[in-house]
Amino acid sequence: MTQTDLPLVAAETPRNLSARKPRRPGLVENTPGLDIATHVILLLGMFMLLFPMYLVFNAATQTLQEVNAIPSRLTPGDQLWTNIQEAWVTRDFGQKFLNSLIVAVGVVTGKVVIACITAFGIVFFDHRLRMPIFWAVFITLMLPLEVRIVPTYAVAANALMPFQAILDSTGLSWLINTVSGIEVNLEWRMLNSYTGLILPLIATATGTFLYRQFFLTIPDELVEAAKMDGAGPLRFLWEILVPLSRTNIAALATIMFVFSWNQYLWPLLIITDPSYGVVAVELGKLVPDANTTGGDIPKWNIAMAGTLIVTIPPIIVVVFMQRWFVRGLINTDK
Amino acid sequence: MADIDIREVRKSYGKDEVIHGVNLHIANGEFVVILGPSGCGKSTLLRMIAGLEDITDGEVVIGGSVVNDLEPRYRGCAMVFQNYALYPHFNVADNIGYALKVAGVKKAERMEKVAAVARSVGLEDFLDRKPGQLSGGQRQRVAMARAIIREPGVFLFDEPLSNLDAKLRVQMRHEIRRIHSRIKATSVFVTHDQHEGMTLADRMVIMNKGTIDQVGTPAEVYRYPATIYVAGFIGSPAMNFLPGEIAADRAAVMLGDGTAIPIPAQVARNRDRQMVTLGLRPEDLTLGDAGAGTVTAQFEFYEETGAAGLYHLLIEDLPFQVLTKEARPVQEGAPVGVAFDFDKLHLFDSDSGQRIDLRTETRVMEAAQ
Repeated sequence: MTQTDLPLVAAETPRNLSARKPRRPGLVENTPGLDIATHVILLLGMFMLLFPMYLVFNAATQTLQEVNAIPSRLTPGDQLWTNIQEAWVTRDFGQKFLNSLIVAVGVVTGKVVIACITAFGIVFFDHRLRMPIFWAVFITLMLPLEVRIVPTYAVAANALMPFQAILDSTGLSWLINTVSGIEVNLEWRMLNSYTGLILPLIATATGTFLYRQFFLTIPDELVEAAKMDGAGPLRFLWEILVPLSRTNIAALATIMFVFSWNQYLWPLLIITDPSYGVVAVELGKLVPDANTTGGDIPKWNIAMAGTLIVTIPPIIVVVFMQRWFVRGLINTDK
Repeated sequence: MADIDIREVRKSYGKDEVIHGVNLHIANGEFVVILGPSGCGKSTLLRMIAGLEDITDGEVVIGGSVVNDLEPRYRGCAMVFQNYALYPHFNVADNIGYALKVAGVKKAERMEKVAAVARSVGLEDFLDRKPGQLSGGQRQRVAMARAIIREPGVFLFDEPLSNLDAKLRVQMRHEIRRIHSRIKATSVFVTHDQHEGMTLADRMVIMNKGTIDQVGTPAEVYRYPATIYVAGFIGSPAMNFLPGEIAADRAAVMLGDGTAIPIPAQVARNRDRQMVTLGLRPEDLTLGDAGAGTVTAQFEFYEETGAAGLYHLLIEDLPFQVLTKEARPVQEGAPVGVAFDFDKLHLFDSDSGQRIDLRTETRVMEAAQ
């Protein structure tokens, strides 16, 4: 650049600036090398995520011979519909889908309601149990179902057992027996039932925290305005808080739908009656191993076709809820 | 319609007492402004009337009944908040009508009332909008309408104009006054802005560190401030203060530079050797040549206010201001004379900060003799 160019450039600059579309200031740097590097990393990550999915799809479209051929073919075959039909019919996926849907909707509803009420109690009421309850919820964050699975099973086998134990140890059952001749035998079995699949899963620390964080951003004045307008706590919850929490509810519902759709261990443990089976467990049975094939050629094409259909409902939910989901997690809608 | 009686009301947070036994009676239909800096307890007092804050000790009586243990909704108060506190997910009509909805008023009747109230505050074209789509002034109107629609006995305002720009603030001030003269509800208005207080109030309550320093009409508070604190707080530019000592033998207040300011002999005799603070409003003073006038000061700088000029001076290194329309070219550091109007002089006890009222004290003593 020569000396004479300088004033011209200087005179030009302001007009250029104003003509250009305003960019968000800060953080944006003009570094082409870095841009390329980050895009390469992103593309690599995307490939690592999507390639296995492609393999699933690929295998699901091939015949038994093709899927077991070595080397395997990376281009899809034409057996997709046949494989899906076989998977659907052999494992009775119609019933399982219905069961999984009932469980997922039950768990999501339960979690959304329980978490909301818990957070409401923790945030808006000043009482002595506020902190203990908060910490109790907090601690359960560190205790996933797998850790407490044995005691939970015991409870599910007979939810009223603790009460029976109290009655027995205090001698009350003996008293009742001698006075009225009735044998006290409390029992509430939840094995092999939707209740058993749903109830133990609906307490959620994550959800409670999500609500709590949102409730804490509600200005005190809004609460006070509602008080002045004469709204009691329940009315405030239902008419003010819940409508304002819509995006949070959507986010929580999305996460929890996927969570409960993917439940494997708990249903495997408490369900022995196949009519209550859920898709994740059924999928496990479809995956070939030494037991199921009995020395036959493993039917990977059928297993992958089953995987494909089981994956579809969570994808639909996430795709439809995505807009709400993101808004609920970043909490800008106020 | 209701009057409010506040009796020995105290408020403590743990060991910290923030309101120390306040007594105040607000007559039915009166517009009272509680004025004070942030942290003086004015908002806490208002919130205790509303029922949003527990009353530690004492009684709040609204319309003849003690409301200490009554929930806010049973007190018959409506409140306008500083941040408007509108329900973000309701439109304007629902915001205004929410109290009626809670009270179980039928939809048709409710909407009729909402329309009438909205018209009275100029919101009839915005009923379908959400609060997020309104300007600050419009939101403020919605907050007002929400309070008006309940036809409350008591109107409470918690610094409602603080978030508005200067022009809108003046406009809303006039509107609040207009609404008050129309619906005549007892109103308590909390603010830290003395202009708001002076223009709106029937009576002003000046609070300082959890106690009431003075209650009076705006004119009374301006003309006869009860304490140094009130004197310094009310009036803009702020009152000048000069330290002095009463000398009975000369019937005067002696300033640091030896100037004698004459005061009634009886007062001087009664308070000989007492340390006092002399208060002078910048607008009650006139400038003169050096040596002329009551005291001589050093000119520091000049500030143009449009209608008048504000001269910043130094007397014995204490800042001192004179507000006058008279233009007087002075050089920096040059001496100027300042003339006092002895009738408009304020005298305060330096220790207690209380006003020494020259007129009444003279009269009382004459009567005693």
